[in-house]
Amino acid sequence: MPTLGKTAGGLFWMFRYLERSENLARLIEAGLRISLTRGGAAGEEWRSIILTAGLTAAYEESGGEYVGPQVVNFLLRDKSHGCSVLCMIEKARDNGRVVRTAITREVWEATNETYIMARTMLGRPVREADLPDILAAIRRHSALVRGALHGTMLRNDIYNFARLGTFLERADNSARILDVKYYLLLPSIAHVGSLIDHSQWDTVLRSLSALHSFRWLYPGESKPIDIARFLILDGRFPRSITFCIRKIHENLYWLEKEYGERLASQNLSQQLLEQIEHASIERIFEGGLHEFLQSFTIQNQQLAQQIETDYRFSG
Amino acid sequence: MHVMAGEKSFFDEMYDEAGAPRQPFHIYEQWFAEQEPAKLLKKAADAEDLFRKTGITFAVYGQEDAEERLIPFDIVPRIISAQEWARLSRGIEQRVRAINAFLHDIYHRQEIIRAGRLPEHMVSRNAAFLDKMIGFTPPGGVYSHIIGVDLVRTGPNEFYALEDNARTPSGVSYMLENRETMMSMFPELFSQIKVRQVSDYPKRLRRSLAASAPRKCEGDPVVAVLTPGIFNSAYFEHAFLADQMGAELVEGHDLQIVGGRVAMRTTQGYRPIDVLYRRLDDDYLDPLTFRPDSALGVPGIMDIYMSGGITIANAPGSGIADDKAIYSYIPDIVRFYMGEEPILQNVPTWRCSEPDSLAYVLDNLAELVVKEVHGSGGYGMLVGPAASKRELAAFAVKLKRQPANYIAQPTLALSTVPILTKKGLSPRHVDLRPFVLVSPDKIEITPGGLTRVALKQGSLVVNSSQGGGTKDSWVLED
Repeated sequence: MPTLGKTAGGLFWMFRYLERSENLARLIEAGLRISLTRGGAAGEEWRSIILTAGLTAAYEESGGEYVGPQVVNFLLRDKSHGCSVLCMIEKARDNGRVVRTAITREVWEATNETYIMARTMLGRPVREADLPDILAAIRRHSALVRGALHGTMLRNDIYNFARLGTFLERADNSARILDVKYYLLLPSIAHVGSLIDHSQWDTVLRSLSALHSFRWLYPGESKPIDIARFLILDGRFPRSITFCIRKIHENLYWLEKEYGERLASQNLSQQLLEQIEHASIERIFEGGLHEFLQSFTIQNQQLAQQIETDYRFSG
Repeated sequence: MHVMAGEKSFFDEMYDEAGAPRQPFHIYEQWFAEQEPAKLLKKAADAEDLFRKTGITFAVYGQEDAEERLIPFDIVPRIISAQEWARLSRGIEQRVRAINAFLHDIYHRQEIIRAGRLPEHMVSRNAAFLDKMIGFTPPGGVYSHIIGVDLVRTGPNEFYALEDNARTPSGVSYMLENRETMMSMFPELFSQIKVRQVSDYPKRLRRSLAASAPRKCEGDPVVAVLTPGIFNSAYFEHAFLADQMGAELVEGHDLQIVGGRVAMRTTQGYRPIDVLYRRLDDDYLDPLTFRPDSALGVPGIMDIYMSGGITIANAPGSGIADDKAIYSYIPDIVRFYMGEEPILQNVPTWRCSEPDSLAYVLDNLAELVVKEVHGSGGYGMLVGPAASKRELAAFAVKLKRQPANYIAQPTLALSTVPILTKKGLSPRHVDLRPFVLVSPDKIEITPGGLTRVALKQGSLVVNSSQGGGTKDSWVLED
């Protein structure tokens, strides 16, 4: 059965929104941790989280201050800006309804349950005491949807469109998180005498769920260059930019194979892949970490748009 | 809005006057008596969770920003014996055949009008009559592929056909999901009681639609379900049927006319569709032919239809057959086309367009049910015995202003089937909507259908939009 362009687009966005909601919850978790351990630095951290989410203008317009409960409610459940975790989950589910016939009952039910959970838990302003439970529930439900996808879906074009959404979104998220904190990772020589607190590196790792994996690979002292190398270039870590690009390339390859047609999307992803495979962290630092991340984010967006065009997501 | 039982006695389908279970309910009743009430109530709550998880919800029209709602489900089945069903299905088949013959006739020679059995204006001035369909025969000669005939029961052998939903009857997904739920909750019942299965409905629907493929179809017919989109109250059902049939689920903006065919935009370009099961009213189908402001339909689809490029199910213009003003003529329509007496009774109906009838209806408003001729879903209807004096007076004003918009019927003594309440079993009024599939070579009726139940004690209104629930409907094997 052929796949409708709308369906491919719905799958792509359904999984983008799911990924984004999960990542936002992870960011909030990292922020929460800072506010619990180092009260003084929390304001700055909340500011950078709002910046990472791309919501600075909306937040300041709403008159919000950079204090925990306000930021958390804004990011988790505010409907005015359309980018809160709750909005994201609603959009994912709306897309899920559009593509209902393309996904298995398990995937649909897991998505629907995520929505029921979010609406129940985020229906009223969130109290600080409930926050750990809520964030854990969001993470758990994301895992359920992912598990249902892996366990029950046919590995065809439909699956590949869903995965493309996941990895394009994830790559974008990882790049944004790094970009907002890039100054923390610059070679320490440039920051001699500055008051950078090394525990902030933990926050970067934590907001990408990378702390455990990083310590496994680098049991000694954390060095910023290792952190940057790990998060950008380590193809073993599922939230690194390299990992995401490889996955995107793979999903596009399967589409090319299934449809028997190579399109502009495949060429773009080939370019991205070659760039990242030939990159070294030293050269990235030389050219500027910020510049590298900015240019990657733009290329990633272009690829997403090319996929929308090539596979006729809209008429 | 509910009518209190009291002055009338109602036929209870489970228990006879002496309080003994009727034949079809024998085994079930024994089983029920052995159950712990608290456990059953727990199961009922589980069923609701299950439905919510599955997402079988519907949006209520006219309630901005309303949450999606569940149609309440009652776990006590409605059981119909094989003999009862045999007679019912003969009656339904007769009615459905007559309706398709009627539709063909009024869009061709109009013999029924020539014979003086139906006033000409009932057709020519009917908004559901489509001039565009005159002289055109749909592929396979089928007009109404899917019909849901609403039946009510008033006694052991008294069934009335209340409405013939010949446009886009809904509810079949509930019929299927109710059965799935019952089987997963009470598997032991299904091994003790032989119930005829309903689960092959989607397969039959697909076969039936494919059998009416258009002339230009090449190879295995491509079937698609056309939905107005996720904000439609019945979207769940549209997606459900497409999924179960293995058909595409499309919206107007997925479709375009390409090379003389209606085609859907796929990831690899446009692909023609052969049969479109549309869940969209005629008015919205083609902005070039009907409502120009409709963004839900497909511009130009009617021309493709006329040239044999696509089958539209149900055929545009079928709605005239379930028009509530035409309804009162159905017994005559059955006699005229089938040459037989109708097996199913019609409810006596006053056409308010006729002055004598209007006078009678106005005098007896408090005893009658008054319906809009073109209405559906229980919207805009008056249940006289349940209405306040003020509601009656307000309705009388509307009625006098546009009498032709209304028909009136006596309040029927609908049969009851018990539902499970916290205090045990308690009778509630029910109706039944069996689903009928019409293909060029045969008519198939799924055994059972959707039983709708008025959950409020004494209420006679079973519509889900008005607080009705559903039950699983069992037809027993011989």
